[in-house]
Amino acid sequence: MKTFLTLVLASSLVAAAGAKQIKLLNVSYDPTRELYQEYNAAFAKYWKAKTGDDVVISESHGGSGKQAQSVINGLEADVVTLALAYDIDAIAQRAKLLPADWQKRLPDNSTPYTSTIVFLVRKGNPKHIQDWDDLVKPGVSVVTPNPKTSGGARWTFLAAWAYALEKNNHDEARARDFAARLYKNVPVLDSGARGSTITFVQHEVGDVLLAWENEAHLARKEFGADKFEIVTPSLSILAEPPVAVVDKTARRHGNEIVAQAYLEYLYSEQGQEIAAKNFYRPRNEKIAARYAANFAQLKLVTVDGEFGGWQKAQRKFFGDDGIFDRIYQP
Amino acid sequence: MLRLRQRGVLPGFRLTLGCALLYLSLIVLIPLAAAFVKASELSPWQFWHDLTTPRALAAFRLSFGAAFLAALANLFFGLLVAWVLARYQFWGKRVMDALVDLPFALPTLVAGITLATLFAQNGWIGRWLAPLGIKVVYTQLGVFVALLFIGLPFVVRTVQPVLEDLDLELEEAAASLGANRRQTFRRVILPSVRPALLTGFALAFARGVGEYGSVIFISSNLPGKTEIVPLLIVTKLEQFDYAGATAIAVVMLLASFALLLLINLFQWRSSRYHARI
Repeated sequence: MKTFLTLVLASSLVAAAGAKQIKLLNVSYDPTRELYQEYNAAFAKYWKAKTGDDVVISESHGGSGKQAQSVINGLEADVVTLALAYDIDAIAQRAKLLPADWQKRLPDNSTPYTSTIVFLVRKGNPKHIQDWDDLVKPGVSVVTPNPKTSGGARWTFLAAWAYALEKNNHDEARARDFAARLYKNVPVLDSGARGSTITFVQHEVGDVLLAWENEAHLARKEFGADKFEIVTPSLSILAEPPVAVVDKTARRHGNEIVAQAYLEYLYSEQGQEIAAKNFYRPRNEKIAARYAANFAQLKLVTVDGEFGGWQKAQRKFFGDDGIFDRIYQP
Repeated sequence: MLRLRQRGVLPGFRLTLGCALLYLSLIVLIPLAAAFVKASELSPWQFWHDLTTPRALAAFRLSFGAAFLAALANLFFGLLVAWVLARYQFWGKRVMDALVDLPFALPTLVAGITLATLFAQNGWIGRWLAPLGIKVVYTQLGVFVALLFIGLPFVVRTVQPVLEDLDLELEEAAASLGANRRQTFRRVILPSVRPALLTGFALAFARGVGEYGSVIFISSNLPGKTEIVPLLIVTKLEQFDYAGATAIAVVMLLASFALLLLINLFQWRSSRYHARI
């Protein structure tokens, strides 16, 4: 026992003298697994070259809302990289682990990469789906997760709403009607984005899957580019999945500097390139130009511009008795 | 005077009772109490409003209804399986015995995905049902099927040991006294296994009401149609509406507890009745 203790002491002394072992926890949402696997390796290499310290990054993935809850309930995240600002807002408000103005601390609304909602259809596009209008036609079956439980589905709902407003001279009643008709065509409301992908791809339910752009590309890559096609609508939403340092937790772990660097490095050319390779739209224009073939041009609206921010949008559309609930009321 | 203590052969009544109470409190009572405290954050009006929305009512109907029907079906088929396992020797019996426990061991999520894949329109079973016009996946029937799967071992595992312990001589005696097979079953076998059957039913039912993982994959989760209560709770949690979520949970708990209590009372009465004769 004594020798064991001495060994532990000695080794920790050696470690203190030489390279430090830093442990960082990144709590993220569902579809970013592949992205952060690649990014973490790149960052560890960069940090080792810069400071000589080893950094080991653990990841946790799950539905965005659930992940935020875990952090509020004490999951010790140094950084969070979630699907929507509303979920990080919740961490700021409820657990007070970071300041309310967290989104102003990093460039571009603290979102180093963006994404959007596109359509995935079966080979040859048998139902001729080109735009949102085609989704509300009778006989078209649409697969999308439940906006109440899925961050991605909330972006989808808002994209459809924005399209309906644009098409109908900003007539809310008609947008409401459009949304109701759209969700009448949804036979299954899965609880998360991955669930919907499984329903569409493996159970062969539905004519079109409304999906994150990166998830659609990934599904094609995974299940065969000869089976599915991606259709880009004329208008969609600029989905901004934000990132933030969880100040209080990072400070307690002594990880403030490395956590900050971890997020800042996402904006570097290398970070941007990894994002683009994983089908997230990079902010850096040079990298974006290099990967332009992957990202179709379309009109993108933002939550802040079109809906007055997430807090407002959440209450109006997805709260109890909100617009989404009322679609399902008889 | 209330007699708390009964002298037994072995000492240690106070110690064991104390430990049992402490354990129950830590594991069951305190978390439940916390749920009640959280739910009490709502005003009575809000509480009532949350619970009586058409959506919540539909979910309650589906969850309790499907769990009840599935437990009922498992009552019959579980008894059948237990009977076969307890009474007959045949090749592959050990394997069959182990299979029964599978729903216990399998993560419910995996069970849900497997069932959904099997019963999907292009699945092994679903493709034969589709021409008959039977849709399982994404319907209320799917919820029932998932709960069947989840509930089976509860009935089998409670009934099987009782059947195994059942004295064959009792049946022989009944037969020699002139009882026919049906009478033997109804008058001799059934009363002996009834308490175990009821327990199995109650367990399967309670489990079915709370089941989440397997159901959400096979159900279409449409509000008012195929949405189960646990999903409603998860939905509320996603909105950070903790009080609203626990309000639903509390009602679910109370309803389940009342039913379990009822079944226990029933069981107690029937066993007392038997003790008398």
